[in-house]
Amino acid sequence: MRHIISVILENEAGALSRVAGLFSARGFNIESLTVAATTDSTLSRMTIVSVGDDGIIEQIVKQLDKLIDVVKVVDLTATEHIERELLLAKISISSDTQADVEAKLDQFNAKIIDAAEEAYIVELAGKSQKIKDFLSAFNAEQIIEVSRTGVTGVCQKI
Amino acid sequence: MKLNGAQILVNSLKSEGVSHVFGYPGGAVLHIYDALNACEDIKHILVRHEQGATHGADGYARASGKCGVTLVTSGPGITNAVTGIATAHMDSIPMVIISGQVPSPLIGMDAFQEVDAVGITRSCVKHNFLIKDISEIAITVKKAFHIATTGRPGPVLIDIPKDITIAKMEVEEYPKTIEMRSYKSTIKASDHQIKKAVVMLANSKRPILYAGGGCIIGNASKELREFTHMTGFPITQTLMGLGAYPMTDNQSLGMLGMHGTYEANMAMHGSDCVVAIGSRFDDRITGNLEKFCPTAKFIHIDIDPSQISKNVVADIPIVGQTKQVLQALIDQMKDKKLADISNWWSQIEEWRKVDSLAYKKSPGVIKPQTVIEMLYEVTKGKAIVTSDVGQHQMWAAQYYLFDEPRQWINSGGLGTMGFGLPAAMGAKLAMPDRDVACVTGDGSIQMMLQELSTMLQYSTPVKIINLNNGYLGMVRQWQEFFYEKRYAMSYMEALPDFVKLAESYGHMGIRVEKEEDLKPALIEAFNQKERTVFLDIVTDPSENVFPMIPAGGGHSDMLLAGRDEMVSKDETDFNAV
Repeated sequence: MRHIISVILENEAGALSRVAGLFSARGFNIESLTVAATTDSTLSRMTIVSVGDDGIIEQIVKQLDKLIDVVKVVDLTATEHIERELLLAKISISSDTQADVEAKLDQFNAKIIDAAEEAYIVELAGKSQKIKDFLSAFNAEQIIEVSRTGVTGVCQKI
Repeated sequence: MKLNGAQILVNSLKSEGVSHVFGYPGGAVLHIYDALNACEDIKHILVRHEQGATHGADGYARASGKCGVTLVTSGPGITNAVTGIATAHMDSIPMVIISGQVPSPLIGMDAFQEVDAVGITRSCVKHNFLIKDISEIAITVKKAFHIATTGRPGPVLIDIPKDITIAKMEVEEYPKTIEMRSYKSTIKASDHQIKKAVVMLANSKRPILYAGGGCIIGNASKELREFTHMTGFPITQTLMGLGAYPMTDNQSLGMLGMHGTYEANMAMHGSDCVVAIGSRFDDRITGNLEKFCPTAKFIHIDIDPSQISKNVVADIPIVGQTKQVLQALIDQMKDKKLADISNWWSQIEEWRKVDSLAYKKSPGVIKPQTVIEMLYEVTKGKAIVTSDVGQHQMWAAQYYLFDEPRQWINSGGLGTMGFGLPAAMGAKLAMPDRDVACVTGDGSIQMMLQELSTMLQYSTPVKIINLNNGYLGMVRQWQEFFYEKRYAMSYMEALPDFVKLAESYGHMGIRVEKEEDLKPALIEAFNQKERTVFLDIVTDPSENVFPMIPAGGGHSDMLLAGRDEMVSKDETDFNAV
């Protein structure tokens, strides 16, 4: 099953490679990983999406917790949570397709952030499934380039 | 007063109470050596290879319970040390390794003797640091010792660039305590879980205690003994746990696992309640997990939460220090009425009668088992015994009955050949009044021979018991059983004359070829209190380690010496190593 694991860790050089190294050394799977500083500049938040059965996820959480730089680990999937991912996509347009593309952008609430004659650069935030649905709404040749941030998330409990 | 980084580092080590440093100088650590030279409180042991430094510090730590300390230079200095660091990591041994690094401005420039020490060691240390400023030295040393010695112990590396050892700053007081928000070493076991365990234990009809290295590292031997006596439960110990409970005591069933005794493995197989205490259900213990303890519930006591339910799902997990959890169990079980387990003991006595460690002597050859039995007799069971890795290691574990913790020192997790000799040297430095024996083989001993030189320089008299069968015995045994006797590259055609070799290093060498010469040679060796003696003992090259659980087997699939035919199992079982 897919799990979103949120990790608060010391904002130290090498902390990211400790986490990445742990996953490769123990054969855990990473679907996506995002990391950035928090409002406390000495801490970073890392959000990892991984797939595994309950035993594997339990091991991932425990092994992460064991890393000295890690302050806190939460399996967001086990709680009420919000997840979002950001997509930037270059979508080709022509006089024939422009209206159809714009209709689809409207339908998904995607925003045009740069418009050129042959292509739009659009942004869309949402759950991973929404991003997938959005991308599959176009023909493969319409999508010139795609850049996804991977999932980030927060626990809903205050 | 201003001091340079090297002086601050050495003063920090002094403040941590370090008495011995095992190391080897080189360009990046010359300032540190200069400062160390001026420090009278710390004795430096100049090894002959950095792997010997880490194993030496490791043996020192295992024998004394203190933190081992190693100092090596950058590049090849630290890469040579890696095997010893990984060995300590697998067995949870407290160690601080200081490695020199090229000057900060040269890092990343492919400088002479530059290697990414933090990157290379990341997966085999508990934690590591790269010092970036002279002001970080003292606090980093404080953190390193704290992390290495608390919780589940392990090696911690400090990489320090040369320019930082040269820079100067005003001296500050060495920190007395340390708080780390991301590392909490004191875990109090849940009282609720302990209460649940007490109920399960009291009602168990076929209980067994399965004690591991955590009882030794956690100094829980006293509590383990009290708890075992109080409950009257049978106890088995892992390779890493030998000596936590006296092996000569009647409640001890000996070692369990791949080469464990019949009674220990059968008791595990038949048990209704297995209590794992500081042990981690290693594959050498469990064999085939599908066949492991089919009727048991598991209580798992460990300080490291990640060990719980990793290989075997625990019914009652208890996260905490073995010492404290055992004390809590003792307190709560004192006036509990326990289920009658006399039938269980009768069954165990039946298994004992199988006498699974019996072996046949043959005329004209020395059996390796006899050597260990005689070593036990001559040392009255009191020696500290280190070992290398292979058949001799298993025989030492089976036939030397360890009664005290920290008496048996071996590389259980990583299985590092070459560990035994430098570890014996470290143990002797930690415990100068004890007899120290290194049980080894002709393969293993040649991996760290150069430390014979160090042992002369620092007068660390150790008795080397070389079981010389001309083969890499454990490899040969597997080839005999599982590869239709195709002995691929396991025979050593050209061995040195070990007696002359020992003599050339300034030690004493004795070759033993006949059984009647064995005991006098051992007595002579241990009478030489001030000298290292190399006993080169020619043993039966065809002898195998029994009992044995073949790869893919469970505890009830044991094969016994002279009674069972070893048959190659299904090819798919070869996944086991």
